[in-house]
Amino acid sequence: MATKVVMEALSPTMEEGRLVRWLKPEGASVANGETLAEVETDKAIMELVARGDGVLRRQLVAEGATAPVGTLLGVIAAANEDIAALVGGATPVSASAAPTAQSPAPAVAPAPAAVAPVSTPATVAPVTTTAPEHETAASDGGRVRSSPLARRLAAERGLDLHAIAGSGPNGRVVKRDLDATAAPAAAAVTSVPVAAAVPVRAGTEYTDIALTQIRRTIARRLAESIGPVPTFYLTAELDVERVSEMRKAMAELGDDYKVSVNDIVLKATATALAQHPEVNAHWLGDRIRQFARVHLGVAVAIDEGLITPVVFDADTKRLRDIAREVRELATRAKARRLKAEEYTGSTFSVSNLGMFGIDQFTAIINPPEAGILAIGAIEAKPVVVGESVVVRRRMRVTMSCDHRVIDGATGAKFLATLRRLIENPLLLVY
Amino acid sequence: MASYDVVILGGGPAGYVCAIRCAQLGLSVGVIEREGLGGTCVLWGCIPAKSLLESAYLASRVRHAAEHGITTGELGFDYGPAMKRSRAVSAQNSKGVEFLFKKNKITWIKGTGTLTSPKTVKVGDETHEAKKAVVIATGSRVRGLPRAGLDLNKTTVLSSDEVLILDKAPKTMAIVGAGAVGCEFADVFNAFGTQVTLIDIAPSILPLEDGEVAAELTRSFKKRKIDVHTNAKIGDVKIEKDSVSFTIDKKPMTVDRVLVAAGRAANVEGLGFEALGVRLDDRGFVKVDEKLQTTVPGVYAIGDVAGPPMLAHKGQREGVVVAERIAGQNPHPVNYGNIPNATYCHPEVASIGMTEEVCKAQQIDYRVGKFPFSASGRARTAGETEGFVKVIREAKYGEILGAHIIGSHATELIHELGVARENEFTVEEVDLFVHAHPTLAEAIAEACLDSLGRGIHA
Repeated sequence: MATKVVMEALSPTMEEGRLVRWLKPEGASVANGETLAEVETDKAIMELVARGDGVLRRQLVAEGATAPVGTLLGVIAAANEDIAALVGGATPVSASAAPTAQSPAPAVAPAPAAVAPVSTPATVAPVTTTAPEHETAASDGGRVRSSPLARRLAAERGLDLHAIAGSGPNGRVVKRDLDATAAPAAAAVTSVPVAAAVPVRAGTEYTDIALTQIRRTIARRLAESIGPVPTFYLTAELDVERVSEMRKAMAELGDDYKVSVNDIVLKATATALAQHPEVNAHWLGDRIRQFARVHLGVAVAIDEGLITPVVFDADTKRLRDIAREVRELATRAKARRLKAEEYTGSTFSVSNLGMFGIDQFTAIINPPEAGILAIGAIEAKPVVVGESVVVRRRMRVTMSCDHRVIDGATGAKFLATLRRLIENPLLLVY
Repeated sequence: MASYDVVILGGGPAGYVCAIRCAQLGLSVGVIEREGLGGTCVLWGCIPAKSLLESAYLASRVRHAAEHGITTGELGFDYGPAMKRSRAVSAQNSKGVEFLFKKNKITWIKGTGTLTSPKTVKVGDETHEAKKAVVIATGSRVRGLPRAGLDLNKTTVLSSDEVLILDKAPKTMAIVGAGAVGCEFADVFNAFGTQVTLIDIAPSILPLEDGEVAAELTRSFKKRKIDVHTNAKIGDVKIEKDSVSFTIDKKPMTVDRVLVAAGRAANVEGLGFEALGVRLDDRGFVKVDEKLQTTVPGVYAIGDVAGPPMLAHKGQREGVVVAERIAGQNPHPVNYGNIPNATYCHPEVASIGMTEEVCKAQQIDYRVGKFPFSASGRARTAGETEGFVKVIREAKYGEILGAHIIGSHATELIHELGVARENEFTVEEVDLFVHAHPTLAEAIAEACLDSLGRGIHA
């Protein structure tokens, strides 16, 4: 049975996507779940996967073309299956088509008689890549109109000239365009990719804090000093004796909910975040967004790398709910079955490598979030309690902080709250 | 009532260029001008002054004719014929603008206009309607320095207007104001045998130019026996029938003529601004927004009347931009940060962008590259080795922050660097272009190289 390849909503806010590249040629055999193409959404380049097995019989949209969500991009079917009915109604979209309106010109669908799975791209409508006429279209996909100075600055700052709207003659990218990208303070926030506000889950309350001059200066200076996110790290060793006791007691009581130490740490982190909105925040370039609700991103290692599903409202959820949710999200993450809205919208993230025996590590902040907490392994070690040396279970946590949002003392106060909660897990029942 | 799409008040460089561009874009245009077409530039400024400067240049060249094996009889330097020639050149240019008006079917309304509404201008008894826009391009005029006791009397205390039509060069002349105009006339009258005293209250001549350039010009002027006084205060001005006496820093001095080469005022009187609501800024120029629109929608102002820099080429570009805007286009705005300055005295001075003093004040990390014309083969062949090219680049990326040239043909040479800067070429791209040898322009490439520490010929 034939399967349609359509432009899928790959992010919650996506309305249209640009087909960057077909990864499978016409005539190639594909399996369900295999990546067919790369699609550029409003935020990132993402993969479009096959939703069925068969042969990619037709590519109906040319590379570089933009199509609204739901547009038929191609057809997967058996090698000799008649796909005329599926293809007939579709209008091929060439790269020159306007972003939202489908091009009416090549209205005649390609002859459906092509049965053999021979790759002949020419049968898919004449693809004319005429340069768009409006001034801002600086790019023809390859070369960007830009000044030598702009090219130097972009190379230095690691900016992609393709992604910058040029304001010079015929959309030429000039220095001021790069300055506008680098220092978004005066410009519209939405035009700045690095600091774009992520879509916020409906009902999530937040407060946008206007930047004071000093905060603006701190942000600029720090960013100049270290990469795009000026990060510093705070490490604390927490006593998890009581958490371990609690976990042991749960096990002895039958372990109905399978709450792990990690779940307890997550709950404690969420609770601490709720008390420290200054840490539960996003950096948006021209302002800081502090969240009233805690949506905790939990880093999960998967074969292809890493993904961070979100436990929404983690501070108000019971331990058993967090445990169940994390388990379930991790399972689906490993199977690559997460929906985009399940891994976007976090306000703060946690990464735990304790199970790999890592004592302590630093995690990379997931912008625009202001911080991430890296959890190390629990280790029994001698510590001084009162006047005597005793063996205690200890765990090291390291918070990476975006200095533009979080100052040293702010982060330290948050960690103090976290310490109090983890060293006294009873507080989590309140 | 005559009706046009656009009515322009003033036929100077800003106004006439605006008119031609409007006409090219299919708009009907009426230009109100009381005197001749071309304005101050053509009639009382750039063009006749440059004609006289050319005469002065020839005067200084011919003094060296013998070196080239050219024998002349006894040399004579008579300002009168040079002045007459300059008037003929000026008249020719004005006729040229008249021709352009005819070619583009632009109506010249002779007289003085007064705005009676945002869409009507009265000239004498006649009212002219502007269906789309009114453009004010009335320019500026010399003002004199009444506070220093130097009221223009047109006999002994002169403005550039009167100096341009003198029959002969005075024996002695004090020029008050050592900006571009003052330096140019110092050059002219020095060449025609006048003993010139050049005076400015600022710490250097050409106070807006780079300090090293001003120092070089001062040296050159002093070598030619021009008496240069900077940081100077004038007092006790006494105007006699055929002379003026005053003190410079308390030292007395008497000269035949004083040229007041400082102070210009915008022509904003009698235009009906107050009744209409066209407002002025605190310096007396018409207040305009970034689209060059005045405080009255549909009424634009361009050129000197819209504020400094008071340069013909700045006004001309504003004229083009406003015309295109009126025609519904979205023109590139005027890049005020890259307008060339040109002073046509000898040696010539030209610049774009920031001076080294400004870079220092703004704490920019910069590097300077210099190349003296004394090391240029082409300059030596011409026997004109005064001056240098100075390029200021940003330290890290090589952006051209400013460029300053003093020397022969500097006002022509500056444009290479102006185009480079406009297009954000760095010093390296300027050098990458192979410069013809021998040319004066090689000095530009060498200065760029020098800023990178890689100069070849110096």
